[in-house]
Amino acid sequence: MSEWKDICKLTDLAANTGVCALHNGEQVAIFLDGKEQKVHAISNFDPIGKANVLSRGIIGDIKGRLVVASPLYKQHFCLETGECLEEPENSVKAYQVRVEGDVVQLQA
Amino acid sequence: MSKQKIIVVGNGMVGHKFIENMIEHPDYDQYEVVTFSEEPRLAYDRVQLSYYFAGKTVDELMLTSPDYYDENGVRFIVSDKVVNIDHANKKVVTESGREESYDKLILATGSYPFVPPIPGKDQEHCLVYRTIEDLEGMTASAKVSKVGVVVGGGLLGLEAANALKNLGLETHVVEFAPRLMAVQLDEGGGQLLRSKIEELGVSVHTEKNTTEIVAGETCRYRMNFADGSHIETDMILFSAGIRPQDELARQFDIEIGPRGGIVIDNYCQTSAKDVYAIGECALWDGKIFGLVAPGYNMAKVAVSHITGGGLAFEGADMSTKLKLLGVDVASIGDAQARTPGCLSYTYADGHAGVYKRLVVSADNKKVIGAVLVGDVEAYGNLLQMMLGDIEIPGSPEALILPSIDGAAPALGVDALPDSAQICSCHDVTKGDIFEAVKGGCTDLAGIKSCTKAVTGCGGCAAMTTQVMNAALTEMGVEVDDSLCEHFSYTRQEIFDIIRVKGIKSFDELLESYGQGRGCEICKPAIGSMLATHWNEYVLDDKHIGLQDTNDVFLANMQRDGTYSVVPRIAGGEITPEQLIVLGEVGRDFGLYTKITGGQRIDFFGAQLHELPPIWERLVEAGFETGHAYGKSLRTVKSCVGSTWCRYGMLDSVSMAVNLEMRYKGLRSPHKLKMAVSGCTRECAEAQGKDVGVIATDKGWNLYLCGNGGMKPRHADLFAQDLDDETLLKYIDRFLMFYCRTADKLQRTSVWMDNLEGGLEYLHEVIVEDKLGICEELEADMQRVIDTYECEWKKTLNSPERLKRFAHFINSDLTDDNLAYVEMRGQAKGRIATDEERQKQAKGVEIETVELV
Ligand code: SRM
Ligand SMILES: Cc1cc2nc3c(=O)[nH]c(=O)nc-3n(C[C@H](O)[C@H](O)[C@H](O)COP(=O)(O)OP(=O)(O)OC[C@H]3O[C@@H](n4cnc5c(N)ncnc54)[C@H](O)[C@@H]3O)c2cc1C
Ligand code: SF4
Ligand code: FES
Repeated sequence: MSEWKDICKLTDLAANTGVCALHNGEQVAIFLDGKEQKVHAISNFDPIGKANVLSRGIIGDIKGRLVVASPLYKQHFCLETGECLEEPENSVKAYQVRVEGDVVQLQA
Repeated sequence: MSKQKIIVVGNGMVGHKFIENMIEHPDYDQYEVVTFSEEPRLAYDRVQLSYYFAGKTVDELMLTSPDYYDENGVRFIVSDKVVNIDHANKKVVTESGREESYDKLILATGSYPFVPPIPGKDQEHCLVYRTIEDLEGMTASAKVSKVGVVVGGGLLGLEAANALKNLGLETHVVEFAPRLMAVQLDEGGGQLLRSKIEELGVSVHTEKNTTEIVAGETCRYRMNFADGSHIETDMILFSAGIRPQDELARQFDIEIGPRGGIVIDNYCQTSAKDVYAIGECALWDGKIFGLVAPGYNMAKVAVSHITGGGLAFEGADMSTKLKLLGVDVASIGDAQARTPGCLSYTYADGHAGVYKRLVVSADNKKVIGAVLVGDVEAYGNLLQMMLGDIEIPGSPEALILPSIDGAAPALGVDALPDSAQICSCHDVTKGDIFEAVKGGCTDLAGIKSCTKAVTGCGGCAAMTTQVMNAALTEMGVEVDDSLCEHFSYTRQEIFDIIRVKGIKSFDELLESYGQGRGCEICKPAIGSMLATHWNEYVLDDKHIGLQDTNDVFLANMQRDGTYSVVPRIAGGEITPEQLIVLGEVGRDFGLYTKITGGQRIDFFGAQLHELPPIWERLVEAGFETGHAYGKSLRTVKSCVGSTWCRYGMLDSVSMAVNLEMRYKGLRSPHKLKMAVSGCTRECAEAQGKDVGVIATDKGWNLYLCGNGGMKPRHADLFAQDLDDETLLKYIDRFLMFYCRTADKLQRTSVWMDNLEGGLEYLHEVIVEDKLGICEELEADMQRVIDTYECEWKKTLNSPERLKRFAHFINSDLTDDNLAYVEMRGQAKGRIATDEERQKQAKGVEIETVELV
């Protein structure tokens, strides 16, 4: 069985924005989709801008896919899979995330 | 077979072009080229000569170099004049006695300035304007002179007048004819040009025939005129026309025209066998061409003839478009309407300072000439119509009338030629984008992949989109100008919806008027519109998800994910105490510190968790946010003005501070910049700003829609001699009208260029209140002004918001991907490459190169 690790309170996330968490030595960007009240997590590192910034991008949907736009050069990363829509070779890792009660958890 | 030897007499613009064309010819190895120059240097750019006064060096003006000639086996002799041609024996002799034989002789001796035979013309400080030595002479003379007169009000004379003015002299132009630029302009055009030039402080005296130059009373000389009047001056510059340098031909029996000029045929051959003449010394069909382009064409023809090609010279079009003393002037074809039976149309706008005359054929169908002063936008179009012998579509007057409501406006990008470079990173031209669109790339992503435009720095995205849309429109495709896939409305329509329906949040708008969740295009745009209209705190729960990272953290994100901090320094005015605080903050937080181009101070390299403590210190010392991150008012640049400057007409600093305090925080479609200068010297560069204000002795002049950046545009003079109150009223109305009607991320310059009816329409809306909305615009602006709050101050008081200012939500550690090297005394110098940065960030030692 997989283990889950507490990260933060759900109230730490403002709807339709992201935060960055330190998880097993990795930087993870966690977003709250306000429409469905669902959380999503992908790597915080933008492989194109080469900086840890994805949690600070604007989220939205492009042709039906839930994405974050990098705050640096605006490429879109899918919140569900980490795929980079413009440059699939620069896709990032996606993480398992859930909300238990009022706590946000990442899979250990 | 031995090589054919070609001698080129004169190494000016055209002589050099001939040599260059020879070198590039595939058969060049069969020729040997020798050139003589009377001047002490090889060819330089005479056309750009005046830029010497603007700081261009002789080196920068050079068209060629000894190395280039050496490499290509061209022998050259400078400072030696050819004085003898011996046709019979095919050789030339120079002043220093050098002899050189030739197979072909090219005369490219150019022309010399004509100095009218006025008694006294040969004294010191009586100069001409043709060579670099002449310019050096002018500069030296200007140093010991206060007043300068240019004799001759033609194209070159006016250029010379500009040079004298820039050298700081009180400048006069004396012209024999009744108007300026008599060759290129008609009466009306000449009149307007004159008044514009006089406005700039250059005095113009027409119909003056100088009879003598004698010693002066208040100045070095006095010029007496035939009508009994006179003028006093310290220096005189003759620019009364050019005369072909045909001395050699004259003396050595080569045919010259009745009024000078070496006669040539269509192949540039003179009457002597194997002797050619090209450039300004050549007379073709009874005409001398005083421009460089026809000369270059002759050079090509001569090379072709010598090497066995078939090119012929068929005359040249003398149409010109230029800026003289900052005034746009253009002349096309038969500008004076001399063609029998031709018809003319004229349009004059005294207020805007525009004069246009269109000359058409007797049947009213073809353009045969034009004069344009003050607005030369139609030049390219009219010239193409004349050269292409194109029938005028519709009524001729439409070609010169300004576009009023309904008529097609002269669109910004439409006015660009196909060769205009749109993307400078990848050298993509307007033509390339048009081609790509026609080849099937009908959206920006397609354009990016097939032309590479926008894939470098990205700065050309807006212009590329405009060009793409222009191409689509031309192909008859309807351009989709909806905001993005989530809203099928334009920005202007959405603004109206927000206003009329009283919508206060993105979600509310999305629910009734959009679809999906939104994206990084519609969210910030709508966030900005809500802010313009309601001016609520941008970090409010319902707005925070709409903001770009810069607005969320009230700072500008840098390439490594850190931020910059820019406090407001209104009008660039700052106390020594405030400077000390800034210095301390920079030092204590180890921030890289720089003076910006906007008269304020920028701190770089702050991490998220450092932003609140930095701002706490700044707010405590009385600083406010500078909105360097927002699409909002940036800076109001000011010059020192009447408080200190000896020329200041009004207190430009106070006005700048006043404007900055009034409009700070206004969220707008794109950023806004303003400036206030204390007098027409314009030290604050107000004419390069969205709103520019310049003091006069009667009040403020207001300029609108200027811009630096990607595509600089000078601001248009909108209103003159305003008092403080009217000035603010007009700016209030202007800004709100722009906020309501511009597209997203559209600067005022582009907005204006796309505004139907242009400046005139704007005048009607803002001054004459044609739409009856001025009161509302003012009230909207007043609400924004009244609800201003410093976003940083407010954020510091909100623990909930401060929580976001940490790199990790669950740890106090910070980003381990940051790395710096010391650079010029600042600890936080950036490391140039990402690889180096990552190596150092991860603790690997890297070699640093010392900067000495
Ligand atoms: C800091 C500064 C350069 C400097 O070291 O001097 C600067 C820096 C930036 N400029 Fe600028 N510009 C700065 C003066 C200018 C000027 C000069 C001026 O204002 O007199 C211009 C040309 C004038 C004009 O805008 O008309 C200028 C034209 C631009 C443009 C092109 C705008 C255009 O319409 O083409 C951009 C891109 C944009 O805004 O889309 C830009 C964008 C930027 C951004 C915001 C790019 C970005 O998104 O990261 C830079 C980040 C600023 C930061 O991190 O703090 N910056 N930028 C200057 C800040 C002035 C200030 O105190 O606020
Ligand atoms: C200030 C200024 C601004 C101008 N602006 C424009 C413009 O905007 N647009 C435009 O199209 N044109 C402009 N012109 C005109 C343009 O510069 C000329 O059309 C062009 O330089 C002509 O080239 P050329 O080679 O025929 O003559 P030149 O460039 O004059 O070269 C002739 C050379 O031959 C040398 N020479 C003469 N006799 C002898 C001899 N016997 N032996 C050896 N050497 C000799 C001369 O010293 C000179 O160096 C401008 C000219 C001036 C002065
Ligand atoms: S613009 Fe005029 S008033 Fe202002 S500093 Fe320059 S010279 Fe002085
Ligand atoms: S990407 Fe086009 S100018 Fe830089």
